[in-house]
Amino acid sequence: MSLKRLRILRLRPDGLALRAKTYLLLALMVLFGSLGNVLLSRGMKETGEILDFSPRALEDAFVKVFMNGSIWFGISSLLIFFVSYLLLLSWADYSYVQPASAIGYAFVAVLGYFMLGEFISLTRWTGVALICAGVALVGRTDPSPSGRG
Amino acid sequence: MRLVLFISIVILTGTAGDLAVSHAMKQIGHVSPITPSAIFRFLAQAFQMVWLWIGIALMATGFFSLLALLSWADVSFVVPATALSYVSGALGAKFLLNEHVAPARWAGVLLVCLGVALISMS
Repeated sequence: MSLKRLRILRLRPDGLALRAKTYLLLALMVLFGSLGNVLLSRGMKETGEILDFSPRALEDAFVKVFMNGSIWFGISSLLIFFVSYLLLLSWADYSYVQPASAIGYAFVAVLGYFMLGEFISLTRWTGVALICAGVALVGRTDPSPSGRG
Repeated sequence: MRLVLFISIVILTGTAGDLAVSHAMKQIGHVSPITPSAIFRFLAQAFQMVWLWIGIALMATGFFSLLALLSWADVSFVVPATALSYVSGALGAKFLLNEHVAPARWAGVLLVCLGVALISMS
């Protein structure tokens, strides 16, 4: 990247550079958030359904859940997701970040389809498409209109 | 019925948690540039904020409800269904965080909701 371009980025922190940063952190959020959820789901299915809600049975289920490898990889992914989320919220509006990160649902559907072998109907795929359209609309608005950027 | 109850708990606690965390991060202000040391300083500052811990407590409640839910329901149904929190989130951002929610954002939220309704129907 040329020096001139760098100077432009520095002079306009609320413009191009801010958008690039916002998109990068959104991508990290979506990637690690989706991965975390899928890994947790796999771990919980390996553990088995919780049917008995007595304190003793819940304690046993709790121990079983936290002995599972997928659960720990899922939690690690969600920690990376959370730090990205906190950083993003330091400059971007919540009403921007929340809908924009909805693109993750498309990824979850695709991951659920390929990794867990879940069936996804045409109706659900249509829902995923609408969510993507909504995200595209939100993505066109200024991430930080309240001027904190 | 058990499914509706668990999903409601996940949505309400999750939204309240997000709003509390967002409130705390707004008080810290823009982290720029993002370097490892800036991230550590930011996290040290963030974890001293009461609103962040309130948010985390609410999120944890939502998270453990979600764990219980995922042990007996499909991830490709449960996760899209919790997207109903986009409505409560946008309303909370406008009325509690005083954010300016532009018409394009409301339209986006509406489309996301329609998508969620379709996903939940099947």
